[in-house]
Amino acid sequence: MLTRTGRLWTVSTVAHAVPFIAGAVALTVLLPVLAPVSLLLLIHAWVIPELYASRGAKVLRPRPRASAGAECVALGLLGDLLDHGSRELQARTGVALERGRFGVWLLGQTGALLVRPGGRRVDCYCVKVPDASLPPSDRIAHLLLALRTDEVGFATVANLSFSGARWRVRRRLAATAREALDVAGAEARRR
Amino acid sequence: MSRLVRMDETGHTTVAEWTLDDPPAVEAAVLAFRAELDNGYFAVVSEGEGHAEQVRELPVDASLVILRRPIAGG
Repeated sequence: MLTRTGRLWTVSTVAHAVPFIAGAVALTVLLPVLAPVSLLLLIHAWVIPELYASRGAKVLRPRPRASAGAECVALGLLGDLLDHGSRELQARTGVALERGRFGVWLLGQTGALLVRPGGRRVDCYCVKVPDASLPPSDRIAHLLLALRTDEVGFATVANLSFSGARWRVRRRLAATAREALDVAGAEARRR
Repeated sequence: MSRLVRMDETGHTTVAEWTLDDPPAVEAAVLAFRAELDNGYFAVVSEGEGHAEQVRELPVDASLVILRRPIAGG
């Protein structure tokens, strides 16, 4: 299912970009004086996938912190659910790493990012617990437990906001999330 | 000592605690568990990385049962 969805995203991206590229080439060949217009078309072809990647990267965007006391309690519970390496990574980056059947997951407060086996493709999912009063670590723990309970159901409930090259998403992430993505990428390459 | 905890705005709240050799505590935990499920919570027992089980009856031998809200696509 995920492979098919990924292919559809790739086809969609190509379908968006190719007409602009073809138009740019045709204009340059037929009317070299319109080279600036061709350049604009090429910029469009580049920007459209970038906008999708930017939307995908938002799933790991840091959110405002809740009250320190509640977050401290929530962090303790989340730490109990994670293994040592994931706990350290979460403490540094605010993102929880979980190895699943479909690849390596990174869980943030309002979404999840799946690094597929091989580490080259990522799927970005908008998914959250619809309760704004929860502290950040509890929001991540909700996603973690839902993922562990039913990975297929998790990927089905979540809305796919981007599927494509890891490097496209990486450029759009905050530095801390980028570190988590690099760790997940290395993990996914070993699979 | 087994615990039933609910993730909420305080971080988490311990809803019930019990030991197998304390039947009244177990009974109270079962009642509290059902009440939380009636309030829309899901109960989960985590079994380490990659594995967790959603339960509809209180597993009295589990050391930790966590109550969570349903998730939704954003």
